[in-house]
Amino acid sequence: MTYFDQDLTSLHADLVAKKLTAVDLAKTTFVNMKQVDPELGAFLALNEDAALKRAAEIDAKGIDPDNVLAGIPVAVKDNIVTKGLTTTAASKMLEHFVPVYDATVVEKLYASDAVIVGKNNMDEFAMGGSTENSALKLTHNPWDVSRVPGGSSGGSAVAVASGQVPVAFGSDTGGSIRQPAAFNGVVGMKPTYGRVSRWGLIAFASSLDQIGPLTRTVKDNAAALNVIAGYDQHDGTASKRAVPDFTAGLDGDIKGMKIGLPKEYMDEGIDPKVRAVIKDAVKKFEELGATVEEVSLPHSRYGVSAYYIIASSEASSNLQRFDGIRYGFRAEDVKNLEDVYVRSRSEGFGDEVKRRIMLGTFSLSAGYYDAYFHKAGQVRTLIIDDFKRVFDKYDMIMGPVTPTPAFKIGDEISDPITMYMNDVLTIPVNLAGLPGMSVPAGFADGLPVGLQLIGKRFDESTLYKAGYAFEQATDFHNQTPKVGGAN
Amino acid sequence: MAEERINAEQVQHVAGLAKLAFTPDELGTFTGQLEKIIGMFEELSTVDTTDVPATMRLSDDTLGENNLRPDKAVKSDEALRQALLANAPEKANGLIKVPAIIDESGDGE
Repeated sequence: MTYFDQDLTSLHADLVAKKLTAVDLAKTTFVNMKQVDPELGAFLALNEDAALKRAAEIDAKGIDPDNVLAGIPVAVKDNIVTKGLTTTAASKMLEHFVPVYDATVVEKLYASDAVIVGKNNMDEFAMGGSTENSALKLTHNPWDVSRVPGGSSGGSAVAVASGQVPVAFGSDTGGSIRQPAAFNGVVGMKPTYGRVSRWGLIAFASSLDQIGPLTRTVKDNAAALNVIAGYDQHDGTASKRAVPDFTAGLDGDIKGMKIGLPKEYMDEGIDPKVRAVIKDAVKKFEELGATVEEVSLPHSRYGVSAYYIIASSEASSNLQRFDGIRYGFRAEDVKNLEDVYVRSRSEGFGDEVKRRIMLGTFSLSAGYYDAYFHKAGQVRTLIIDDFKRVFDKYDMIMGPVTPTPAFKIGDEISDPITMYMNDVLTIPVNLAGLPGMSVPAGFADGLPVGLQLIGKRFDESTLYKAGYAFEQATDFHNQTPKVGGAN
Repeated sequence: MAEERINAEQVQHVAGLAKLAFTPDELGTFTGQLEKIIGMFEELSTVDTTDVPATMRLSDDTLGENNLRPDKAVKSDEALRQALLANAPEKANGLIKVPAIIDESGDGE
């Protein structure tokens, strides 16, 4: 058994038919993780004892045939709180923090009998695009270990890409699910803002954050979103809208679908090799009976600036809670209360987190609020309007996820602006609260390239339908990386 | 906006607001980086936003303006209290311990 030749549907069938037990699956998973992960660093912590105990309980009560995640090992990004299981956000600030409650997403996973096997590495507080900002561990791309896995959900993407788990859950504030999914050749969905509860997600930018699944196939992804989506009284922005069965429309039929291809997503700022992969994908969609036409999102180029003002401002407010008093890191030999705050924060946060707090505090400060924070909010409105105009005529938007494939570890970490530009194609989707998905679309010099599908608000179903049709008509999702893939 | 977008003195001021402290070396690096990033932000001033309302949050029409749960206290148990306390950096007699609020450093600050 490996997660390369089985998907959730076939694993579930084996579990229901008792060809496989949840304990077998969990044990095999841990054996494999211990072999594969030392080279990759996808996990900050394994949850072996609790997972095996839980798997035994699930076997004892029997696999629920209506519950596709029952007995399935899953991984969770380390900014999603898990009761009794250390949750660090990959920060020295929370290195020893043990949550006293489960995130709603985690509650839903437990309620569906999923088995949480570990917590994934990430950029500290989800701030970054390479997982190099983790204060605790370096994560490597399994297709080329000298390259970054992307971020901030880098560990989650690597855990799936290297076949350690069939499903991982990440979070996406400006591209943090889709970009690592693209860099690792897996499927990553950032759902519509409000589709999934943010309760228990350690807050970065509350008007942008959203939790979503990373999987090897589109169908697995749809099945995983089914489990975590829905209203939650603990999140004031979780939608009361009914959640459809996201696996329902997966029939490969996309004849007549109208797709917009933004010219700004295919301009000279995008690596020609990435553009070539996307052009091939466009052809494939046309062969499948969809129409693809050039459209324009004229304000998308301002997305990065607007985002780094808005997200940093929200972060500077959200991260005020880390003050060294009630939990988390406290500096030693402090002489008074002010000293506790300043020294704990200065020693507990890494440089990128400090940069964002500084940018946010600056953007919100007297004399600058109008020119930066308010202006960014206005540009956000224009970006939302651009999408609305396109969606008046089109069912979906497609384009690349990232301007380049995975870059080398160390190459961009010292230059914040270069790092920020990785998010240029994913950020507008968060600013507008839309669903966006990365689907494996091919390779550039042996490195995976992701196709981004962007939908109307609460229309993840169209993305899954289109992504599935494309996946079934191509073979990219069956390619396996160098590390983990040979198992 | 002035030619000089942000200088070390302003960075120091913002750091004070954010409860962060930098060494002189860090201050130099951060000032240079923030200067560049804020320089990038200035492209927004070229966008015509006359009469455009700002979007500060995204609402969903299935939710009311004040989508809040009832403000009702929920009693927690001793186990939760202990779990919360276990995360505190310092504790004494079942309480979270903090340094004296009155400054004892004697430096008058």
